[in-house]
Formats: sequence, structure tokens, C-alpha cells
Amino acid sequence: MSVKTLEIDGRMLTGRTGETVFAVAWDHGIQIPRLCHVGGLSDVGACRLCLVEIEGRKRLQASCLTLIEEGMVVKTATPKLKSHRKLIVELLLAERNHVCSVCVMNGECELQDLAASHGVDHVRLRYQFPSLPVDTSHERFGIDHNRCILCTRCVRVCDEVEGAHTWDVCGRGTASHIISDLGEPWGESDTCTSCGKCVQVCPTGALFSKGKTVAEMRKDRGFLKYIVTAREKKQWIG
Amino acid sequence: MGERIVIHPVTRIEGHAKISINVDDAGEVSSAQFHVTEFRGFEKLCEGRPFYEMPGLMSRVCGICPVSHVLASSKAGDRLLGVEVPSAAVKQRRLVNYAQLLQSHALSFFHLSAPDLLLGMDSAPEKRNIFGVLERDPDFARRGIRLRQFGQRIIELAGGKRIHPAWGVPGGVLHSIGAAGRDEILTWIPEALESMDVAISRLKPLLDSLPQEIENMGNFPTLFLATVTPEGDLEYYDGVIRIVDAEGNTVADGLDPMRYATFLGEASEEWSYVKFPYYKPLGYPGGKYRVGPLARLNVARSAGTPRADREMREFKQRSQGAVCQSFHYHLARLIEMLHSIERIQELMEDPEILSEHIRAKAMLNRLEGIGSCEAPRGTLFHHYHVDSDGLMKKANLLIATAQNNLAMNMAVEQTARRFVTPRSIEEGMLNRVEAAIRCFDPCLSCSTHAIGQMPLIIELRNHAGDLLHRLERS
Repeated sequence: MSVKTLEIDGRMLTGRTGETVFAVAWDHGIQIPRLCHVGGLSDVGACRLCLVEIEGRKRLQASCLTLIEEGMVVKTATPKLKSHRKLIVELLLAERNHVCSVCVMNGECELQDLAASHGVDHVRLRYQFPSLPVDTSHERFGIDHNRCILCTRCVRVCDEVEGAHTWDVCGRGTASHIISDLGEPWGESDTCTSCGKCVQVCPTGALFSKGKTVAEMRKDRGFLKYIVTAREKKQWIG
Repeated sequence: MGERIVIHPVTRIEGHAKISINVDDAGEVSSAQFHVTEFRGFEKLCEGRPFYEMPGLMSRVCGICPVSHVLASSKAGDRLLGVEVPSAAVKQRRLVNYAQLLQSHALSFFHLSAPDLLLGMDSAPEKRNIFGVLERDPDFARRGIRLRQFGQRIIELAGGKRIHPAWGVPGGVLHSIGAAGRDEILTWIPEALESMDVAISRLKPLLDSLPQEIENMGNFPTLFLATVTPEGDLEYYDGVIRIVDAEGNTVADGLDPMRYATFLGEASEEWSYVKFPYYKPLGYPGGKYRVGPLARLNVARSAGTPRADREMREFKQRSQGAVCQSFHYHLARLIEMLHSIERIQELMEDPEILSEHIRAKAMLNRLEGIGSCEAPRGTLFHHYHVDSDGLMKKANLLIATAQNNLAMNMAVEQTARRFVTPRSIEEGMLNRVEAAIRCFDPCLSCSTHAIGQMPLIIELRNHAGDLLHRLERS
């Protein structure tokens, strides 16, 4: 297997050919912020929080989709990047109705953690206050579109791991939203297996277990590692 | 030409309000109104949300009495689930309710009303606050602050945090107080009981020195409504509703709180954001009633704890029939604090308080649920309608302060007529009008479903709205 050497934040690092800048950075303890990436699923570059500066390239690059190259010089935490990331978090908070104080994920939310770590003590943009529904038609789970950041983790885990592809994205631009099947209520979905993987990978309180109260929801993503590893090693095949 | 005196905002209360005093052509007070000027809209904003979020959401109605809203909301949720709440969970809920009664009453008495009582209604406004009390009597003020701290500490130990503990859930509570928490609470009890003795023995002679205020600041006949045990004793968490009249006669007894809408109506007036609840059989406004500490002591036969019973027997002798002087809300509040401490001690000595069987789980089994409990300021009702997926379709909150609204307006008018001389307004006169309101310890954040400290502005205006005189307290 060929390896490539590159510089990230002044450190000379080595990664395997085909690995992303994001993966190599995390392997070496450089924790580039992210919301849409989750280990074991494909990357889509939806959240743009993992943007990095690469010498010789004019545009900022989503590190989760950028493959390493020999001699690459990458910076992950410049003032410009920090400023952009802070703005992205503010945009996410302003776009829908994120009310941490009454959210099931208060204290455990990845978006909340990012806001705290990026110094988002207020939002400089005007809140959009869209009127969005909550779907609790499923027997065990609910989806609150007010808290959805369209990271599409649920779409990918349902498609790539569970194989059901119940979830997808409908609409364009600010009208984009997650739907089950062809827009039916979740509880009426023919494809949903009620496995709950989507709930566990959701970074916010958008997908939740019914019956949970404020700050009570905890998510466990440990299952992904076992399933993906087992699949790669073909441990479950005859 | 008629004139109007406006006290805006009213200070040392919880929330925003103003008082208008209308003056007739002869220069006498003709009428007065207590306006609540804030609007919250909680009933609207919870629409479309899952019902099991309600305790956490509704606790945000108020930072002083979040526990009451958590409890009423959790109880409404219990009904929606259709479950029997484990008895250990009921004890946890009772414990925190008593703790809140203690801390909220301590705030009302020591922080908000003691300055008027200890320093005098006409004392300098800049001294008439908790710091003034600290200067005058450091031990008394310290005891008040410690009592409030004790109540808040119990809420923190049981509920996880002092303000807005979202630990109550439909079907029970999230966690129990634990052995360490119980042991800590027990160490507070002797000091708390001693402080109550000090406070009650301090208040009684003060009351003897204020006969004019007692007789003219909210002294009138009304009905009194409160929750009692089926035997007729004080009850704060779960019981039946009893209503007595000014003579102390029982008007209605054994009423099911679930059927509150059959005997309580809500009227609206265009000059206030708070509704005007009334007892339906007597109509509006004839069916005015009072809730809260005074009502509870008037309605209940006894407290059920030895120290509070002694005080309650003496309290009931202050008047033939029901005690109608709103000024006695203060003493009633202290007796309730004493009772709460005794009950907290009982609960702490009950081994079941450590049980971990504290939550019953179920799916949605009803589409309508009502929860009620006794909040510090009176009887509280939460009434929810949900759809088949458990999303809120409609909520109605009947708040204690709102139920005192008619009585508060009467108290303001009575006090203004007796103490305010429009031709020569003095600050102490207007403070008495505010003090009449403070007797009821209104929580306007709750009743409009903000909290703030703002300067007091008094404006004297004629009918045309021209400003004739302005006093400002900053």
C-alpha cells in the first residue's frame, strides 16, 4: 500500500493513498470540527465545518472530501477558518428553531458543543423562525424538523448500513427537508425497519426516542463501528 | 376635572404591572385598577410539541415557581399515559413541592415584604429592600436568606438544578434524592424550624402595630378555594377542591380538580393580560374568590403537623368565620413554611424516599389530561389536549395569581381609597397600594404565561391624558 506524506498545521504526517485529509488529521490527534461526518458512513461535505486551507488552492476545501496528496500543506485552524466555522454554526442556529433549554439533547448535542467551543454566545443573524412540524407518528421515535441541520447522517446510515433507505432529502435550498419514503408520515413508512440507527447517529435532538424529556436523550453510536468492521471483515458471512 | 394616578411599574413583585388610580372631580379616589402589562403566550407556543416535553417547557413559565408547573404538567402527562405513578415518585414530587413552597414564600416574605413590615411603610424607599432589612436586623435577614437557600438546595438535590428542574416527567420523576441528599437535608431541619419560630414571633407583634393596614388593605368578603385532603386537611399535591365563604361556611366540597372547568369560569378585561377567573355558580364578578396561603388556611380544617397546627389554631381565631384580611397572607405564608419543613422532615424519615422505583412508562392512552396542585400562590391547573400522536393541540393554564386577580383589584381600590390623598401624594401612600398587591405575592410571569427590576414611575394625569404630576423612584 502506497503512503503519502503531507504537512498539517506544521506537522509532517503520513497517510495511506485514498485517505482524506480529515481522516489523516484525526488519526494524528488533530480534531477538525465536523457535524455531517460520522465514522463508518460515506462523506458528503454537507456541513462545511471541516473546511481547511490548502496551499496553492484558492478555495477552502472540505477536508472530509479532499484526498491527501504528496507534499500537501494544510492548515486547519487559521483565524479565517475559525471565523468561517463560527459563522456556519450561527447560520445553522438561525435557520431553524433550536431552543436548547427545552430540547431532549440539551447538554449532549453536537451542535450545542460546537457553538460553545466556537464562542457563539449570540447569533448575529436574524432568526428565520420557520414553522416546521414534529412527526411522532412512529411508535417508538419522533422527528422534530425544528432541530434538523440537514447533515443527512440519518439518510446515509439508513441507506448504507441498514439498507432500508427510508430517509431522503426533499426540496431545494432553504425548503430542503428530510422525508420518510415519499413524504408519508414516519409511522406509515413501508420501508422503515424501526431499527433506530438514524436516531442514534443524529447529532442534535431532531431524531429522538419518544417519551424522553428535556436533556434526557443520550445517543450511542458504538454499534456503527461493530457493524462496519464486521462487514469489512465479512465476519457474518457463512 | 378627573385625574388618574399611575404607578408603573409596581416594584418588589415578580413580573411587570402598573396600577391606575382614578380621581374624580371632587379630588377623591373613585376607582383603581391593577394592570398586568406583560404577555407570554405559553399556551400558544406549546402547540404542536410532544406532550412529554411539557414539564420541561412549562417549567420555563416561571423562575420562582417552576416546580409547580413541572408538577401540574407531569400530572397532566400522567393522565395522558393513564398510569399509576409509583408511590416513591409521588413522595419525591411532594418533597420538591414543599421545598418550593418554602423557598418561594421565603422570597415573598423576607425579600419582598419584610422591608415594608420591619422598616415601615413610610420609610425611605432607597432603604426599603432586603439590604435595608440586613442593616436593621442582620440575623432576621440572614435567616430568611438561609430558608430560601434550604428550599432551593432541596430542589437542586432532588431535581438536579435549582431553577427549571426538568426532572418531573409523565409517569413519575427522573431520579430520586439519594441517601447523601437525604442526609444533607436532615442536617438543615433544626435551623429551619428555629428560624420559623423567630420569624413568626417577630411578625405577630408587627401585625398588632398595623391595625389600619390590616383592616383597609384588602379586607373584604370573598370565597376561598384550595385543595384539601378528603378529610379536609392541608394538601398541596393531590386532593379535592373545597370552597368556603367569608363566614367560613363550606360552599362546595369534594370537587374533583379534573372537573375544574365545570365550576370555574375565566373572564377577560381589555385593560389586563391576566384573565379573571370566577366561581361559575355565582357568576362574574360575583363569584370572586381567593387562593393561596390565606385561602388554604381558611379552607383546611387542620395542618396535620404539630407545630403548624398550633399556629393554625391561633390563626383561625383572628377572625370569626374566614380570615378575610389580605394582610394576613403574610402570617399564613409563614405558617405554611413551618408546615413544609415539618413535612420535609417526615418525608426524609420515610425509607421509601430512597426507592428507585420512580417512573411508570406507557404509551399515550388518553387524548385529554388535567393536572393540578397547590403552587405557592394558590391552586394551579394544567389542561392539555393532544392528538393521537401525542402532539399538543391545545393547552389551558389556570394560574394561581390569575385567580386572585379580582381580589387584587379590589385590594388596590380599597387601599387607594383609604390611604391615597390625590391632592398631596406622598411616596408612602403609593407604597401602601403596592404593599396591598404584595400581600398576594403575585407572580405575573406565571399569570401571563418577564421578570425585571425597573424604577417605579407614578404619573398623575387628567382625563385628557395630560401629565399633571410625576414621581420617579429609581
